[in-house]
Amino acid sequence: MKEVRPSRLSTGAIVAFAGLLHCAPVEAHLDSTGMGPIYDGTMHFLTSPEDLVPVLALALLAGLRGAAHGRRALFTLPAAWLLGSYLGLTATAMNVSAILSSLWFLLLGGLVATDAKLSLRLTTGLAALLGLVHGYFNGTGMGQAGSAFIAAVGLVSAIFVVVALAAAVVVRLRAHWARIAVRVAGSWIAASGLLMLGWALRAG
Amino acid sequence: MRGDDTRQAIALAVLLAFVLLTAPAMAHEQQGQAAGFVTGLLHPVSGLDHVLAMVAVGLWGAQLGAPAMWALPVAFPLVMAMGGMLGFLGVPVPGIEVGIAASGIVLGAMVMFEVRPPLIVAAVLVGIFAIFHGHAHGTELPPAQSGLLYSMGFVIATGCLHAVGIGIGTVHRWTWGRRLLRAAGAIVAGGGVVFMWKALA
Repeated sequence: MKEVRPSRLSTGAIVAFAGLLHCAPVEAHLDSTGMGPIYDGTMHFLTSPEDLVPVLALALLAGLRGAAHGRRALFTLPAAWLLGSYLGLTATAMNVSAILSSLWFLLLGGLVATDAKLSLRLTTGLAALLGLVHGYFNGTGMGQAGSAFIAAVGLVSAIFVVVALAAAVVVRLRAHWARIAVRVAGSWIAASGLLMLGWALRAG
Repeated sequence: MRGDDTRQAIALAVLLAFVLLTAPAMAHEQQGQAAGFVTGLLHPVSGLDHVLAMVAVGLWGAQLGAPAMWALPVAFPLVMAMGGMLGFLGVPVPGIEVGIAASGIVLGAMVMFEVRPPLIVAAVLVGIFAIFHGHAHGTELPPAQSGLLYSMGFVIATGCLHAVGIGIGTVHRWTWGRRLLRAAGAIVAGGGVVFMWKALA
């Protein structure tokens, strides 16, 4: 077995230490509400439009397609988000790219605006993908403290409530103008996504 | 030993460089979020040129009836966002102020004369003007404010102005309402002429 010389080992250790110290800019983390990690996670979601708006758009989309889609999104999205957060807790901290967020805005807002006739399987797939991606990035920003997973549970609970309320309201809409209003909201979300894309490209 | 010292010196230099180059951690509080939303929300309603044109889109949609009544408010924000994106990216669009003023004149005239073109023509016309309005919003994003929330603010405000126009336009079912709408169209067109005068002066 080849002997590793101490000086070479310490050189490697210094370089590794330097790499660890070279942190990427982080803007996520949790704001402290002073009421514990559950509420920290809940507030983080409710005050992060880049997370909240795609969830709302998915709920509107599922609601437009009917109760079965709404129920599927209601359970798939929070479960996927929690799984993504769990996976992200052990990763290096990073933010959701603004470009990625804007693409979610565009995709989900566009689907709502066009009243896309998605299959149940596709709605489920979108919910799972959204949950895993955003959950993962959320998880990386929560740090590695023991309370981080509890915060993720609080965050996911907020997602469950938002999806339940929004999808349930839309499912019950029967008036033509009311469904049009939902589609207009979708066009606003897509428009915001397009603008966010331009803003992100400018910020570079 | 000399080689080891050199390697350690290089490693320390790398360490120092990495530490000095560390990007700022802006955890916890993010500045300018609420201000960005409010600024965006107020931007379309703070300029009468924007207000007149946006309300005129709603009035015209109400005059044209379904499907234009909802197709125009769905299409407008998306096309406006393309203009806003150009503004964010600094891509110049010539004659912005003239285009905005022209939108007041043309859309006001459409309402005043109750013009009923095919839906596609109406959508294209409204879309062209949406580019000018969006570009104006996009270039006026104040520094240190959230681009996302600013964008959401001005998209929501624009949509609400359309809704106001559609709401007023519901009087179209009555004879006196139709006259009232045509008078409103004349006011919008007149406002557009004033803004065109200012833009060209």
